Amino acid sequence: MTARNPSPAPVPKSGPARDEQGRPTPIGSRRAMIECRDVHKYYGDYHALRGIDLTIREAEFFSLLGPSGCGKTTLLRTIAGFEDISSGVVLIDGRDMAKVPANARPTNMVFQSYAIFPHLTVAQNVAFGLRRDPRSRAEKAAAVDEALAMVGLKGYGARAAHALSGGQRQRVALARALILKPKVLLLDEPLSALDRKMREQMQVELIKLQRQVGITFVLVTHDQEEALVMSDRIAVMFEGEIAQLSYPEELYSRPVSRRVADFIGMMNFMPVRILGETDAGVRVEVPGFGEFDIPAANVSRADPGDPGPSVGFRPEAVTILYRDAPAPHRETPGIIEEVVYYGDMTYYDVRLDGAERPVRISMRNVFGRDIQDLGTRTRVSWSPGSLILFR
Amino acid sequence: MASRSTEAGQGLRMIAPPLLYAVLMLAIPLLTILTFSFINDGYQTVIWEFTLENYAEVWADPIFRALMLRSLGVAVLVTLATVVLAFPVAYFLSFVVPPRRKAMWIFLITIPFWTSYLIRVFLWKVILGYNGVINSGLKSLGLIEQPLSFLLYNTGSIVVTLAHAYAPFAILPIYVALERIDRSLLEAGRDLGESRLMTFWRVTLPLAMPGVLAAVLIVFIPTMGDYVTPTLIGGGKIPMVANLIQKQMLAVDNKPLGSAIAVTAMVIVTLLAGLFLLLNRRFLRVRT
Repeated sequence: MTARNPSPAPVPKSGPARDEQGRPTPIGSRRAMIECRDVHKYYGDYHALRGIDLTIREAEFFSLLGPSGCGKTTLLRTIAGFEDISSGVVLIDGRDMAKVPANARPTNMVFQSYAIFPHLTVAQNVAFGLRRDPRSRAEKAAAVDEALAMVGLKGYGARAAHALSGGQRQRVALARALILKPKVLLLDEPLSALDRKMREQMQVELIKLQRQVGITFVLVTHDQEEALVMSDRIAVMFEGEIAQLSYPEELYSRPVSRRVADFIGMMNFMPVRILGETDAGVRVEVPGFGEFDIPAANVSRADPGDPGPSVGFRPEAVTILYRDAPAPHRETPGIIEEVVYYGDMTYYDVRLDGAERPVRISMRNVFGRDIQDLGTRTRVSWSPGSLILFR
Repeated sequence: MASRSTEAGQGLRMIAPPLLYAVLMLAIPLLTILTFSFINDGYQTVIWEFTLENYAEVWADPIFRALMLRSLGVAVLVTLATVVLAFPVAYFLSFVVPPRRKAMWIFLITIPFWTSYLIRVFLWKVILGYNGVINSGLKSLGLIEQPLSFLLYNTGSIVVTLAHAYAPFAILPIYVALERIDRSLLEAGRDLGESRLMTFWRVTLPLAMPGVLAAVLIVFIPTMGDYVTPTLIGGGKIPMVANLIQKQMLAVDNKPLGSAIAVTAMVIVTLLAGLFLLLNRRFLRVRT
């Protein structure tokens, strides 16, 4: 709802997934970094991963998004090597990981609990993975300082790890993983333990850091807003399967099923009567909107548990018309039944004439536009192209 | 003011029973021993004059020195054996036994405590003795002609007996320390490139150290002053410092000298324990 754009990250001159001018190359053209092919995982009788197929590309910020128990953490842990897979193939940078133990994989993990070693100092934590590094002691110390500076903890090296705050622990966990220059950084719900303000700050910092180091980040989260803000691409998972894998904007505007639409952001669902197929798409009748054609491109799947076919639209996909402004497309009258003021936005619950339940419509609060009162008769502007049919 | 004094009164009432217990059972006996150690001995009585002679005698006595050193040696050996053997058991209990079986395992480990310490010590005599389990077993197998006489009545048998008697005291604190280790720390160790063995060495062991230190003290201090085992298993031939105290107190009836030996031994153990904690203080500072 309040997702904001992070300020632009400093652009590295070169590095992975960038062309000669330092511009990032499109995700789709980059080489694969992680490939999962028909990955299954059983815990006894429980089928935790049900045929995962996905390709995560070089220097991509990829998110695994889903409710708890959907298998996203299990998938992350199979990539890290903490869980054996029951069948299928996991490749990292083209190499089969079947017989590679966790300590030999080119991945590093930021744990949900951060897993900072309480018996070591901050610097010792960061240097933990450098034991067999052939560099001299002084060079390693310099690398530790550099890693700490990168995560904004310059000068914290001598502190005891158990005396750090949650946000600082997370930075140490990041430095400890990134100092090893892994091909893939795995992040298991890294922001869930932080308060809201800290979380939003860390989201921005993580994006900047990822652009800066050019390492593939795989983030596990149950927070759809976090996934939308941070990711290049997102895989939405339900019950051990990937429901949809796409770019954030496509996931938001073109969800493949009602369940995905419901999980990502807010969506209004209305019952629909399907009248038949036409050249323009599907002819439907929706109480309140009347009879119209939904373009074929806007037709998605209904899930087995759905109460029949429905049409859905995002709160910002339709607008309330002020005074006698002309409707750009079609208009439908209704009555405002609830007003929720958010500062930058106002949410109106509007019952369209002829509809059973109100729909939620969001309006940006721009200068000179009044907040509408409860019970006001109003007009709603909409177009068939902003509606999605789930059938 | 009134409410504060009521609060203090409440607090006092609350701690009164343990306070009474501590005063009667710990403070008064200790103070009695301490007082006795500074007065003169008379025949079958004590002479109430302050003196440091008892301590001078203790420090000059070669027998005290020998027995103190033997007690320390035995305690060190017992502690080493107990902790080294207890660690794998505690590790197994914490990392291998599934959670729902842990209570049962702890229960099984404490079963030896159902019998008295004296009987447990005596059982070792039955096992190690001249006609004991080991000797008769070996004889019936035809491996030996004559019973082995070196099994009992020596320092080794004292160490074995004490190590067995104190095993649960070592297992439980180490187990508790291992249980408190966040398992994701071990995964982090692996994730950062270390093998299971190196992760154990660099993560598990340092984090288990508070438990190991507790086990060391819990075993070392009482074995140091053990009286029953040297008497029964050592057959009286290998007395330790507690036997010396007993002899002075009861057989010779020199209570001031006995008290001085007791206080000296106590001070030595306290200093050693303090030094041990000081050397290991970095392990105790860890908090999760």
